Amino acid sequence: MFKNLMSWIEYRLPFTDKMNLHVMQYPAPKNFNFWYFFGSLAMLVLVNQIVTGIWLTMSYEPSAEGAFASIEYIMRDVEYGWLLRYMHSTGASAFFVVVYLHMLRGMMYGSYQKPRELLWIFGMLIFLVLMAEAFMGYMLPWGQMSFWGAQVIISIFGVIPFIGDDLTLWIRGDYVISGATLNRFFALHVIALPLVLVILVFLHIMALHEVGSNNPDGIDIKRDNDGSVELTEADKKFTFHQYFTRGGKKVIVDAIPFHPYYTVKDLVGVAGFLLVFAFVIFFVPEGGGFFLEPPNFEIANPMKTPDHIAPVWYFTPFYAILRAIPDPLLGAIAMFAAIIALALLPWIDRGKVRSVRYRCELHRWNLVMFCISFVVLGVLGVLPATPTYALLSQIFSFTYFAFFGLLWLYSKNEKTKPLPVRLT
Amino acid sequence: MSNAPVDHGRRRFLTIATSVVGGVGAIGAAVPFIASWNPSERAKQAGAAVSADISKLEDGQLIRVEWRGRPVWIVKRTEEMLAQLADTENRLRDPGSEEPQQPGYAQNRHRSIKPEIFVAVGICTHLGCSPTYLPSDFAAQVEGIRSGFFCPCHGSRFDMAGRVFQNVPAPSNLVIPPYMFIDDNTVLIGEDEGAV
Repeated sequence: MFKNLMSWIEYRLPFTDKMNLHVMQYPAPKNFNFWYFFGSLAMLVLVNQIVTGIWLTMSYEPSAEGAFASIEYIMRDVEYGWLLRYMHSTGASAFFVVVYLHMLRGMMYGSYQKPRELLWIFGMLIFLVLMAEAFMGYMLPWGQMSFWGAQVIISIFGVIPFIGDDLTLWIRGDYVISGATLNRFFALHVIALPLVLVILVFLHIMALHEVGSNNPDGIDIKRDNDGSVELTEADKKFTFHQYFTRGGKKVIVDAIPFHPYYTVKDLVGVAGFLLVFAFVIFFVPEGGGFFLEPPNFEIANPMKTPDHIAPVWYFTPFYAILRAIPDPLLGAIAMFAAIIALALLPWIDRGKVRSVRYRCELHRWNLVMFCISFVVLGVLGVLPATPTYALLSQIFSFTYFAFFGLLWLYSKNEKTKPLPVRLT
Repeated sequence: MSNAPVDHGRRRFLTIATSVVGGVGAIGAAVPFIASWNPSERAKQAGAAVSADISKLEDGQLIRVEWRGRPVWIVKRTEEMLAQLADTENRLRDPGSEEPQQPGYAQNRHRSIKPEIFVAVGICTHLGCSPTYLPSDFAAQVEGIRSGFFCPCHGSRFDMAGRVFQNVPAPSNLVIPPYMFIDDNTVLIGEDEGAV
């Protein structure tokens, strides 16, 4: 009976076949380390954001008059409202934690290199949409930082020559940030951007499954079936979908099926993540003033500027670059260039060897310097702009961009180490 | 079904023509979606320019008008007040009004179109309190200067052109809104016909 139903469906929609293709018979390299947790964790956080977000919408009131009070209503009067809200606000920060680590993984193991350029581009688009989503979401509580943070970010668009003022007016829908701005950001935050985000995640995974997962060694697991590849007992153990073997033209080495091997392994990552996530939600939901900033517990007041306006931590590296350059237009250009440069990595890196394990020593230190620059800029972005900090911001903005310049230079004729034949 | 040979030229023309018409239609359809983000009539009404009658303004007098929810001061400065603007300059943070806190036509010593008529947003650039106008008692705040603006909240001081003194919490000069004179007795705040 059930079998009949399944074959009836299968004939009309090849569900089992697609599940095999993408899950049960998807060949994943056998040597994934913990760095490979963050992709699936990002999906988990996305689900968390969508579910808690839908529930928050049920009690939230998107208006300048009612927004702030409705957040307090959720926190005090709605049953478990505090939990739903803290899951959502902590989830926003967690999203950036896992996405930044996910991106670093890609940079370490050269996962952006040919043939994964499009996969990387989809990832960067997800990152951009995520930043827009987080920015608009942060405005919804209509607290002081919601208002003044938005003031700062929207005014960035004002530096564009000729159209800047009209553009900011169009974005705000008013001469000042007002209820009109809040309502349109609400619409974008709960409908438009999540839709785009889900579609991009789908494309990201489809692009991944087409070219296959990279791995810490950065060598291919799909080889031409010309008799030159010696298969081990382990290689013969699993059946992979014929789509990946191209009907016998390819052989797959050192791979295991995604399910059950990595689904189970990812569960360990999920458990570890949830431990930290739950700790933050229950014990430090404001994240020491970095996840939810203190001024945001005060209602938005256009007449009163907070002493010190700092964006939420995940924007601060880029904010520090923006502030490092005295000219506002050049600062904005530098900030966007910092993101564009990442998106162009597949073309800036002219190397053929992917993984940092087998690349030159300079590459390893260049990557370390990049990470240090990113973190230091992140710290500088929350500090007030004193002359000393401004100078430090300039230095580390320089080293941030220097990563890309150096990479472009040395990757052309790089002295790499010999690659292993099989995964280590 | 006819088996006539395919006329490729005709097919290409039809494809292009259909695409162009469809593209124009798509652009047309986008107009309402983009235009709906512009300020609504209600927002335009609330943000409209306000005019003020200054014919009865006496020397040294300050009047307030509300523009976009903020108090805008109009002060008729005396000769003495204008003369003092030169005396304060070595104690100011931004005497030349380098920071873009005013339209281009107000970037001068008196920070105004007409030297005697001073128009400014009466909101302290520190934390948004409204400073107090001290036409003759300002010397207690800044030695030797008779008139100025003093913010009671955190002690920021501004001279009679709204320029901020050094060593006070406010970071920049008071904001000068866009404004223009309709005639000698009427000033329109919030509009300057794009004059620079």
